[in-house]
Formats: sequence, structure tokens, C-alpha cells
Amino acid sequence: MLLLSAAGIAILLYVVVQSVAEQIAQESQDNILAASAISILDSARVVEGDISIDLPYSSLSMLDSVTDERAFYAIRLNDEFLSGYPDLPRIAAPNDATAFQSTTYLGEDIRMASTWRSFSTLEGQAFLEISVAQTLTGLNQSIARISRISLAIGFGFFLLSMVVAMVIAQTTIRPLHRLTGSVSRRGPSDLRPVAAPVPTEMAPLVTSLNSLMTRLQKSLSRSEDFIAEAAHRVRTPMAIVRTQAEVTLRRVEKEENRQAVREMIRAVDESSRTAGQLLDHAMVSFRTDDLARETIQLDELIVDTVNRLHPISELRDVEIKTHKLMRTKIQGDPILVQNAIQNVLDNAVKYTCADTKITVMLDQSDGTAHIRVQDEGRGFDDTEIDQLLLRFERGKNANGIVGSGLGLTIVDDIMRAHGGHIILSNNAGEGACVTLSFPL
Amino acid sequence: MRFLLIEDNQALANAVIERLSLDSHIVDHAADLTTAWDYTATAEYDLILLDIMLPDGDGRSFLEQHRSAKSRTPVIVLTARSEVSDRVGILDLGADDYMVKPIDFSELEARCRAVLRRQTGAAQNTISFGEIEFDSLAATLKVNGAEVKLRTKELRLFEVFINAPNQIFPKSQLLDRLFSYDVEASENAIEVYVGRLRKHLSGSNVSITTVRGLGYKLECQ
Repeated sequence: MLLLSAAGIAILLYVVVQSVAEQIAQESQDNILAASAISILDSARVVEGDISIDLPYSSLSMLDSVTDERAFYAIRLNDEFLSGYPDLPRIAAPNDATAFQSTTYLGEDIRMASTWRSFSTLEGQAFLEISVAQTLTGLNQSIARISRISLAIGFGFFLLSMVVAMVIAQTTIRPLHRLTGSVSRRGPSDLRPVAAPVPTEMAPLVTSLNSLMTRLQKSLSRSEDFIAEAAHRVRTPMAIVRTQAEVTLRRVEKEENRQAVREMIRAVDESSRTAGQLLDHAMVSFRTDDLARETIQLDELIVDTVNRLHPISELRDVEIKTHKLMRTKIQGDPILVQNAIQNVLDNAVKYTCADTKITVMLDQSDGTAHIRVQDEGRGFDDTEIDQLLLRFERGKNANGIVGSGLGLTIVDDIMRAHGGHIILSNNAGEGACVTLSFPL
Repeated sequence: MRFLLIEDNQALANAVIERLSLDSHIVDHAADLTTAWDYTATAEYDLILLDIMLPDGDGRSFLEQHRSAKSRTPVIVLTARSEVSDRVGILDLGADDYMVKPIDFSELEARCRAVLRRQTGAAQNTISFGEIEFDSLAATLKVNGAEVKLRTKELRLFEVFINAPNQIFPKSQLLDRLFSYDVEASENAIEVYVGRLRKHLSGSNVSITTVRGLGYKLECQ
């Protein structure tokens, strides 16, 4: 756009200079021609009733000697040719004024001036007409020179304006680039005001950007607060019910009452687990929309997650063992990756049989890191293995085990967001194997 | 064990106190941070159970001050929030562990044990009975000088017996204490674990005897 308008202005400049130069050259030539014609006319005298013309040398020499042009003239009296070049074209000149015309003569471009005056002679009024002409070679040369100069001026202007425009664009765009960089490098939860230095012209942009950040921050923290508050409101009464139920269970003697209380506790567990998974699912969707990319030391994350699960696995006499964890770094959101690993391990602890072992392995192949979680439990039912990743879908062997049907869906979402995938399979011997593959 | 429970919901606090005292723990209750500081200044606790949302401040600020005061008492945070990012933040602030409400008490017990076990130089938690010595933290049973390592369920079952020797426990009650509510378990499982404990105790004057039609009890001949 800038380039185009600079070129336009340069062309306009060239055309203007060119036409002004042509006009000025034309005018000065016309003046010389007129002066020459009038000097011839002035030399005409009425002597004893006859017109005598003493053709002054200077009147023609001023046309040809100075500029190397060829000069022509024609003198006519009452339309009768007297002297000069008889076939020089005629032009009609108005009364007592000089007329000019560009035409061709003897194959050359000429500029012609014509003027006339009336004389009183013995035979009455006589009209003396003088035409002078000059070739245009020199003029054309000088016009060509001028046009070369004006072309150079136009081109020079174009170059200069390009350089100026580039310098201006650079100085304007550099802070804009800095601003863009500092905004796009941010993590999804970084909503601090922009502090990159910008020129005063861009201050309003930064101000409105910052006020957007503030509003976003407010609305985010409001919804986070809302989720926290909602969780608090729901979970606290559930906690009271569950605790009181446990206390009651210790006191109740009758078996059918004990069974009822047990069912109560199971129902509370089920609903609180579902509520938790739903909130987790919302959190995962929110975080995968704008995925953080941090370097994660995957083997250390696995060890942390396994350690945290130890008390729960011990309760079931299930042992979680890590085996050959290869030192591995991946890029991703550590909170999400941990959530995925934890969900898979939770499942393994829940569905495997007591007094068995869960093995977690980590290796690399073909630019992919594989986390394998193997248990010695019942394994997956081959016919439903594909459906287990769907929302609220639970396996047939889930009977009697508290769950929400969201765990593997969450894992699947997290894996896709990281460009990886989850594979469910059965071991050759017995038990299930869940593989999480992350691109390295 | 002596607990300090920092929780502003009175009904929940009452329930938790009652539940913990069933396992013969002593619980002090603080409904806000100010009271909590008064308690920690005057008494020694084995473990602090801390709620995050409190009327006079955030439980996290308690954690920070507790840690900067170099107190060694472990803290388990009881949070209603379930977001992982929250949980990670809690651990970074120096909590030893966290649990999401509602609290599964067998899980709480397991976590307490794990936290206390992690603490280096923690006081020995041994109970002597007859010819045996039982350490619940180390999960060991010393019978005539020979040490036996107990598995989790054996440990928990033995804890029930040794905390109330000579008391008769029906199978169904033991089942509830031993298995979480989300798995179906049969009373046969209790017989299996009682069998294992009997094997560990053989050769000593302590034994688990069957009271026909009523259940089991631990006694010393």
C-alpha cells in the first residue's frame, strides 16, 4: 500500500515536472519566434507608396545560429508569396497578434509563428504577412534532458520515501512486535498487566489491553471462586452425612440396619466422586483450551503420584511398583499430566484384586514416551474396550465398585491435548494394561 | 493419638470428633485460626487436621506460619476444593498431605500413618501385651524377640484387637473396619486375616480366640 502510493506520487511528480518544463520551453521558443517575426515586420517600410522590406540579418540568425536549429520564413503580401520558402504552411493569425502552431515541414517537426500588419499603399490597404518557423531538434533534446532529470527526481523521491517509510514503519512496528511477543509468550493463567515499553501513540492500546486483562482476571477468579464455593457447599454436608453414617454403623447391631447404613455411605462416596470428577472435567476442558507448555520431568512426576497413592493402595493390600523409569522430559501442563496418571492409577487400584501388584513403567521409542500401567486384575472385556473412553461409560466388571465413568474420558482428553493417546489392552497373562503415549 | 481439628462447620466437627474418638483418639477442636493458635501454643499434637476456608482467614496462611515457626507437627489439609491445582499449591505450602471432603476415615487413618512414618525420629509407638510387642507405625510385631512385618490389612485388624483386648468383635464389625465401603467383601476374608494373625502369634502366650456365634477376641493366657 505504502509502496504503491509512493510510486503514484513519484509518477505524478514526474508528469508535473515534465509538463511544466515542456510548457516553459515552448513559451520561450514562441517568444523568440514572435520576436523574430515582429522584427521582420518592423523592418517593412512604405517607401513611395510601395512596401520595402529590408530583411534584418539578426531576425533569422537569432533563430538558427544560437541553437543550431534550422530556420524558415515566408513573407506574403496580400496572400501573394514574396520571399522565403514558398511552401511553408500558413496559419491564420488574428488581427495584430501572433499565432503559433506546431506542424511538420520537410519531414521535420517545426514550431511556427505567424503575424501580419496592414499598410496603406498607393493601391490601398495591403496586408503583409510574416511566418517564421524553427525546427524542434534542440528543443526536443532539452525536453528530453529535462524529462530525464525529472524522471531521476521522481525515482529519487520514490527511493527516499521508501527509505523514510521503512524507517518510520520499523520504529512504529518494533514496539508493537515487542508487545505482541510479550502477550503471546504468556501462559494461559498469566493475566498480569502488560509492562513492555511502548511509544506514547500506543499507550491507549496497552491501556485497553490491560483493562481487558483485569476484567478477564476478575471473571476467571469469580468463576473459580464459584466452583470452590459450590464444592464447599456440596461437600461439607456430604462429609457430615458420611461421618455420621460411619459413627452410626459402629453402634448399630441389627444386620439389615447395618446394610442400609453401608448403602448410604456408598451412595455418598459415589456422588462425591462424581461431583469431583465433573469439576475435574471442567478444569481439564478449561486448561486444554489454552495448553501450558512447560518442561515436565516425567519420571519424577510418576514417582510423586505413586507415592501419594501409597496409603490408598495399602488399604487394599495392593502394591504399586515403579519399574525401569527412563529419565524422560516432555512438554506440557504438569497439573493435567499428573491428573491423567493419577486417574489411570486410581482405576488400577480400584479394579485389581487384593494382594496383587501394579507395575508402572516408562520408556521411549520412536520419539514417543510410553507410560505403561499393568495390573493383575480382571482385565478389560474385549468387546467393550472401545467404549470405555466415552463419557459416563463403565465396564461390565465395574459392578460393586464406586466410580463416575468420567476418569478415562478425562485421561483421553488430556492425552489428545498433548498430542498423545491412551491405549487400553489386556496383558498376555492376565490383567489390564493402560498405555499413555506422549510425543517427546 | 492427639489431634487438633481446625474446622469451622460445627456439625462436621462434631461428627469427626465422635468418629475419631471411636478409635480412642483425643481430639481438640478449633473453629477458627485464633483459637487454633491458642491450642498449638499450649499443647503438643500428633497431627493437625486443617480446613482451608475459615471465618477469620485462609487455612493456607496457617500452614505458612506453622511451617515458618518450625513446628514439626504434621498437617493434613481437609479441603472441599477438588481442583488439582489447589491440591498442588497446598503441598507446596508445606502440608504433609491432603484429603478431599467427604473424608473416608480408613483412608485418613492410612494417610496419618504414612505421614507419621515419614517423620524421622518420630516417637516409638509400641504397645506391649503378654509376650508380644506391637509397633503400629513400623507395622511390626515382635513375638519372643523375633520380628514379623505385618501387611496393611493384618496391621489394621491387629490394631483393632490390641486397642481393646478381651473385647469380642463380631465378624461384620471387623469387616467394616477393614474394608472400604466401595468393595464387596465377604466375612470369609476376615477368617483369612485372622488365620494369618494366628500364625504370626503362634508360640506366644497371646492368641485370637473364637467366641462361638459372637466373634473373635484377643487374649493372653
